Amino acid sequence: MKDELTQDQRSANLKGMGSSRKRVEDVRFTQGKGRYVDDIKLDGMLFGDFVRSPYAHARVTSINTEAAMAIPGVVAVLTAKDLEPLGLHWMPTLAGDKQMVLADGKVLFQGQEVAYVIANDRYAAADGVEAVEVEYEELPVIVNPFEALKSNVVLREDLEGQTEGAHGPRKHHNHIFTWEQGDKEGTEKVLEEADVVAEEMVYYHRTHPCPLETCGCVASMDKVTGKLTLYGTFQAPHAIRTVVSLISGIAEHNIRVVSPDIGGGFGNKVGAYAGYVCSVVASIVTGKPVKWVEDRMENLMTTAFARDYWMQGKIAATKEGKITGLWCHTTADHGGFDACADPTKFPAGFMNICTGSYDIPTAYLAVDGVYTNKAPGGVSYRCSFRVTEAAYFIERMIEVLAIELNMDAAELRRINFIKSDQFPYQSALGWEYDSGDYHRAWDQALNAVGYKELREEQAQRIEDFKAGKTRKLIGIGLTHFTEIVGAGPVKNCDILGLGMFDSCEIRIHPTGSAIARLGTISQGQGHATTFAQIIASEIGLPADDITLEEGDTDTAPYGLGTYGSRSTPVAGAATAMAARKIRAKAQMIAAYLLEVHDDDVEWDVDRFSVKGAPERFKTMKEIAFAAYNQAIPGLEPGLEAVSYYDPPNMTYPFGAYICVMEIDVDTGEHEIRSFYALDDCGTRINPMIIDGQVHGGCTEGYAIAMGQEIAYDEMGNCKSATLMDFFLPTAWETPTYTTDFAVTPSPHHPIGAKGVGESPNVGSVPCFSNAVHDAFRPFGLVQSHMPHDHWRIWKIAKDLGLHS
Amino acid sequence: MSKMHVKLNVNGQEVEGLAEPRTLLIHFLRENLNITGPHIGCETSHCGACTVDLNGKSVKSCTVFVAQANGSDVTTVEGLTNDDGSLGVIQEMFREHHGLQCGFCTPGMITRAHRLLQENPNPTEEEVRFGMAGNLCRCTGYQNIVKAILASADMMNAQKEAAE
Repeated sequence: MKDELTQDQRSANLKGMGSSRKRVEDVRFTQGKGRYVDDIKLDGMLFGDFVRSPYAHARVTSINTEAAMAIPGVVAVLTAKDLEPLGLHWMPTLAGDKQMVLADGKVLFQGQEVAYVIANDRYAAADGVEAVEVEYEELPVIVNPFEALKSNVVLREDLEGQTEGAHGPRKHHNHIFTWEQGDKEGTEKVLEEADVVAEEMVYYHRTHPCPLETCGCVASMDKVTGKLTLYGTFQAPHAIRTVVSLISGIAEHNIRVVSPDIGGGFGNKVGAYAGYVCSVVASIVTGKPVKWVEDRMENLMTTAFARDYWMQGKIAATKEGKITGLWCHTTADHGGFDACADPTKFPAGFMNICTGSYDIPTAYLAVDGVYTNKAPGGVSYRCSFRVTEAAYFIERMIEVLAIELNMDAAELRRINFIKSDQFPYQSALGWEYDSGDYHRAWDQALNAVGYKELREEQAQRIEDFKAGKTRKLIGIGLTHFTEIVGAGPVKNCDILGLGMFDSCEIRIHPTGSAIARLGTISQGQGHATTFAQIIASEIGLPADDITLEEGDTDTAPYGLGTYGSRSTPVAGAATAMAARKIRAKAQMIAAYLLEVHDDDVEWDVDRFSVKGAPERFKTMKEIAFAAYNQAIPGLEPGLEAVSYYDPPNMTYPFGAYICVMEIDVDTGEHEIRSFYALDDCGTRINPMIIDGQVHGGCTEGYAIAMGQEIAYDEMGNCKSATLMDFFLPTAWETPTYTTDFAVTPSPHHPIGAKGVGESPNVGSVPCFSNAVHDAFRPFGLVQSHMPHDHWRIWKIAKDLGLHS
Repeated sequence: MSKMHVKLNVNGQEVEGLAEPRTLLIHFLRENLNITGPHIGCETSHCGACTVDLNGKSVKSCTVFVAQANGSDVTTVEGLTNDDGSLGVIQEMFREHHGLQCGFCTPGMITRAHRLLQENPNPTEEEVRFGMAGNLCRCTGYQNIVKAILASADMMNAQKEAAE
């Protein structure tokens, strides 16, 4: 057989790894043919809606549902009393705590679920919510975690007397856990003996992932078959199935969980919410499907906040700037219940990546979790577990140290980077960084932006400012971040006891096309596009001939889902491994067809050919047909494989970001003049999609750093529960990003990929914030808390006496 | 609550139905007509996921009663696909330039971009950014959306020229 195409042409036809393949999802989405949870319509479907507490801390003295029940269309109203006989008035959280499903005697945060109204349509449900009469008796409110630890007010009366929590001893009735890592005594000694110690409180404010689609579900209990189908905005559908089974007592095989198209997740859709439990109960009680979709206010007020970490830091160095030690004590505000979504053994997530990109010989971290009268959550808003907090902390501490040493912050970073020959690198707080080349990335970034010239321009601007020629300052924001993603090794990472492996099953059809199913679920990342590219490169079938399915627990193999940038590091690895199993069998089939020994054929892009005789080959397409057509001695028919991949280590993507910002001293307004983002995520699967992820993540980071906040007043009223008050940048404010890359493959990942989705959020927040700080550094600013909205920047200038 | 009779022309089709006076246009489209392209993201006119074209103007259908739209022409993203079922120019350019990720804002974005380009067939980048500021996206950072709309303008102008 003659083949007209060159190897490169055949390779290009596959649209495999490295190609900017257009997304297969987009044909549906651009025509409005996505199928999101609120698009699901089942026969006889009812609607659920919540009565929520207007108070942040109160006793619920009575609930009267009579008037609500009299409203036409209202079918039922559930309260904690109805759920109690089922044992469902409380539910376990992912963090080892428990949480009220419906108010059981008291409420602990504004917006807490008090009653669940079920009605024929959403308007009647809303009418019912209005008509439920609830009497409250207000209790003292605590919104500050430091006060909570001193207060006599007991927030969690259900835990009174319990001195031991899920993560060890509780020191106070409002204390949840203390988590310690590293060498306390050694670090204290280094701090005592150091030439220089810089100390600062770094606060990473409370914010919210706020995907454009809110959370929701449709629960449908089929009373004839006894099977529950639960459609929902789940980032982890398989884990949700197991959780539903465990808390409801319904056998797991009788539960089918389906994540349809998801309109963005960013961590908001990892947890289990009261709405899911109530909808399931409502469907069981009524025998009809029940839909619950939260509105934006409910989303911002009640489901899954992020951050809220008070990080007290001390960093020690020699006079020359070599860092000798890092100390961090974090007070973590968890709200009314500890509903963080972290692996079980990590109550503060991977906060112990807070030594960042630097070779810091000694370090100590302690985190105290605290209850307050704020919404529960603590999810990772587009980051691996608490990694943005860690990156923000270290990147601020480096800047603070640079001020203390009177050094250039770029140079200070350079002399402290972990060197490329130190990988795999053992960090002082317990991680083994897989690979990196920080110096190369840093130099590439500084050169790309013309760092030296920027500093000269900035110096001139300061002169001009002092001379009264301008009222605008320039800030140059620097960040070099290291992520830790791809949770994770089953030996130390689990959620509710479920090991954090992931999976892929591939079936090759006789005509040489395929379907692959994964344990993850896309929420905009483009899995249907990129995972097909991995398979295309591994088995030589065109990506266009590979269908990808996720999110239906009846058909997909079990996996822990998509969050923490774990899809490519874990499920992507499973995909490659499953494909390799297929290729191994294909090799035997090819050898049989070519009448040679298995070892005498070799892989060549899309085929096996006889070694030394490349004109004798069998394409993967031919092999696929043979798998279903030939009786091959010693081989089963068919061609399919499944892989459950337990990663040997996390992956450590990194990046160098530089922002140039103009700041108007008199108005506090800013303008992002340029933003450069270099990402090293190891092997790149689809550069177009990587760029898109970076643009999106940086925009989230821009929002968080420059204005986005979940704020409370002293009464515990949420002051930012609509998109009027909660900052989401529009196309008008959003900067334009320049993306760049380097490639340092992960040595332990089958294709060397590390994941990228969350890097830009992790890296851009400190970068924007550092730019603000840098602008005011010559005037004495050391630390000012985010978000840097116009008023806060104006206030910095005022406090520094720049308004004369 | 008593219902009223409403009649609309949606994507070129005459449709009618019964709705409460308080029924929002977005709910009528989605629940009564099963036109689920327009989405609900905020219900307060901020996010633009529900953007439709009402008598030649972009509106946020979460803040329009269907009663107000009675007798009107409504175009949703479903109506911007070519008659032969292929993607319309803006839809194609969003795909080409990776102007979408989760797809939730996309129908509103494309419907708004359609009206913007009717109003201003040769927009600058700044005009696109300003004209699209009523539509929020959480995934893309807008960079590729802007690129897609500018490319759509070029392509639509080239098509117009070719036709003349």
